[in-house]
Amino acid sequence: MNWQGMYTLFHKELRRFSKVALQTVLAPIMTALLYLLVFSHVLEGHVNVYNDVSYTAFLIPGLMMMSIIQNSFANSSSSLVQSKVTGNIIFVLLTPLSYLEFYLAFLGSSIIRGLSVGLGIFIVASFFVDLPLHSILWLLIFAIFSSAVLGSLGIIAGIWAEKFDHMAGFQNFIIMPLSFLSGVFYSIHSLPEFWQILSKFNPFFYMIDGFRYGFFGVADVDPYLSLLVVSLFWLGFASITLFVLHRGYKLRD
Amino acid sequence: MNLAIQIDNVHKHYGEVHALKGLSLNIEKGEFFGLLGPNGAGKSTLINIIAGLTRMDSGHVSVMGHDVVANYRQSRQSIGVVPQELVFDPFFSVREILQIQAGYFGKAKQSSAWIDALLEGLNLTDKADSNMRSLSGGMKRRVLIAQALVHKPEVVILDEPTAGVDVELRGSLWAFVKELHNDGHTIVLTTHYLEEAENLCQRIAIVNQGQLIALDSKESLLARGVGSTCTVSVTLSKPINNLTELLKDKLKSCDGNRFEFVLNRDTDTIISLVDSLRSLGAEIIDLRTEDADLEDVFLELTKQAN
Repeated sequence: MNWQGMYTLFHKELRRFSKVALQTVLAPIMTALLYLLVFSHVLEGHVNVYNDVSYTAFLIPGLMMMSIIQNSFANSSSSLVQSKVTGNIIFVLLTPLSYLEFYLAFLGSSIIRGLSVGLGIFIVASFFVDLPLHSILWLLIFAIFSSAVLGSLGIIAGIWAEKFDHMAGFQNFIIMPLSFLSGVFYSIHSLPEFWQILSKFNPFFYMIDGFRYGFFGVADVDPYLSLLVVSLFWLGFASITLFVLHRGYKLRD
Repeated sequence: MNLAIQIDNVHKHYGEVHALKGLSLNIEKGEFFGLLGPNGAGKSTLINIIAGLTRMDSGHVSVMGHDVVANYRQSRQSIGVVPQELVFDPFFSVREILQIQAGYFGKAKQSSAWIDALLEGLNLTDKADSNMRSLSGGMKRRVLIAQALVHKPEVVILDEPTAGVDVELRGSLWAFVKELHNDGHTIVLTTHYLEEAENLCQRIAIVNQGQLIALDSKESLLARGVGSTCTVSVTLSKPINNLTELLKDKLKSCDGNRFEFVLNRDTDTIISLVDSLRSLGAEIIDLRTEDADLEDVFLELTKQAN
């Protein structure tokens, strides 16, 4: 393993998003807090979720996970598509980095960005709402696995996309709808049966539900099932990403 | 083995286009090697295959004895590529970019002094902490050279490094590259400026339509041109427009009253050219002969191949 090479790429990716932290970390935190402000103000006391859990408290883990999902995807995908469009991807492709090292470096930085945004929302929201912490381990497992799934998907999307428009399409027509319709703002038990069944085909639902279990100790489905689904998705996307990188698809023509 | 780069029967297709058609050539250690060819000849594809940026369909390529596919880590450690396009990462300063590039090659810790030396050698010291976006085109080109050298490769490939570069910078770049060559680096150069290849390269390969059409020392290639043709520049007292078909066949260029003719040394003589012109009533006020340069050889060979 080229450990130093991999660490350099990982560290470079961290520096890349931290140099524009206003846009990559603070802006998503602000957006999530605005959602929190509006939805909690309008719906608190009107929507029943879990017993003994206020709607505002229920909303925070959902918003955290939605932001983790969106930002871990954005990190790897935007970095790759930008490097491809500007041509500077060549500086990584010329190096003795293996496809596995390339994957792990991009994955690591995506996870860190996802967790940074999630933690930021948690810290700010904690000033307004008293959130229980049922299990930090479950929280971390779901946060890390979910950002790993989206970080991998971001690499695939970044490799596939040939222009920023492709990426916007991916983000707005796949990531955004799936994350909004995954139970961020509601418990799926409050939905009609058809929509409940449909929600269970959305992988983001399991990410949010499992993550919520870490806070409240209750969830819409068994957290082990959620963990299984999220793990399988990560394994699936990781395998596809590694295969694509190994073949050099759209990178080494 | 005394070979820096070994290329054996390389084929590459892009869809229907057969970009490289079984190309083979060897470049020796310490050589200053020129790779020439018209646009679309396959030069960049070949360079990308050597550098691992493009995958060949079949064939074998090795750099310093390391197969570029099976032992890609070692082969990429041995090679530094200066790309044709002015590409850069807009997030970082010059020094950060060089530190990152050294890190990819596992040489972050020992690179500090070498980075300083590169910055000095390429007149970039005062720009070390500037963001890449703020640099001029010439400075960006120099940073690309520094990036290619930061891991101390034995082989350096320069893919048209002086395209769009002003004369002064071109001179300083070549001085730097000559120094690298004197230090023992193997240099592979592609360029559209044939006089550069003529001045710098010891051996030259000419590629056309994915095939090697010439591979020889510079002297032998130039001798090919000297052996078959010579260019005669004639200045007349006034322009003429009634050249015979025979003279039109030999005409290379015409600018007012100045004509350039290419004569075949086996069949033509300068006397017969002068006589033909005089018979048209032209008065010759100056006449010069020129040996063939690399451009003539290049044009002749690529014309034959087409």
